Amino acid sequence: MVISLPRGAFAALALSLAATAQAGTPAELAAAYAAQAGAPASAERGKAFFATRHGREWSCASCHGAPPTDPGRHAATGRSIAPLAPAFHPQRFTDAAKADKWFRRNCNDVVGRECTPGEKADVLAWLMTLKP
Amino acid sequence: MDARLTCRTASGAILVLLAAAPAWAEGDRRAAAVPLLPRYQTECAACHIAYPPGMLPPASWERLMRDLPRHFGTDASLDAAAVGELSQWLTAHAGTYRRVREEPPQDRITRSAWFQRKHDEVPASTWKLPAVRSPANCAACHTTAEQGVFDEHRVRIPR
Repeated sequence: MVISLPRGAFAALALSLAATAQAGTPAELAAAYAAQAGAPASAERGKAFFATRHGREWSCASCHGAPPTDPGRHAATGRSIAPLAPAFHPQRFTDAAKADKWFRRNCNDVVGRECTPGEKADVLAWLMTLKP
Repeated sequence: MDARLTCRTASGAILVLLAAAPAWAEGDRRAAAVPLLPRYQTECAACHIAYPPGMLPPASWERLMRDLPRHFGTDASLDAAAVGELSQWLTAHAGTYRRVREEPPQDRITRSAWFQRKHDEVPASTWKLPAVRSPANCAACHTTAEQGVFDEHRVRIPR
């Protein structure tokens, strides 16, 4: 059976599907962090933040690699970690709750506190500049 | 008659081989047979292999799950719902047989007497190999560790 719908219905459906698909993109998450920070993100600051140790044993790069376009290795267990840059692992930064969970835990390990929205916006902005 | 000889199908042969394999400890068959909770794989096995729950006694799992924000030097904290689900599953499938009943120091599997005895032939230099790094990195040598199979015939020590 063929259901005939007016063209407008298809357009509306396509638009709503597109909106759903955008709900969890790295760009949207980056925009949300920047909005929370109340300032535009800086990929340069994010790059430096990622590579630097913050008075503790590990940097972000200790586990995620430098640059994080290849699989990393957990600094304690040796476990392989999928690339962090979204262009190299498309599931990255598509789930806000998951990203928040990992930022919270990993910033505690690396910085000794949770990261600010500005720091998260900067790091994600830099990660999004990494392309194959 | 040896059960292996009566086995006709490939899957049956694999099952028999697994069942007959030398174990990491008593009760290995039971431990390896526990299907992994999906949440255990997504949450815990992101940072290390999905250690079979039978490798620690219930009290050790309970302590580990209460102290996730300070989990062997890293923050592994989870929300309360996840902690509850994982704790229940881990303690339900924890090791209760003789060699695992004893709580190892720091609740580390690698400090268990059975673990140290099983690995007493491994030279110190092997533990320090870049591909090994930590005794917690089971899969560096145990090629089927991810499947919960620690049969020593499947050990390949990296160079």
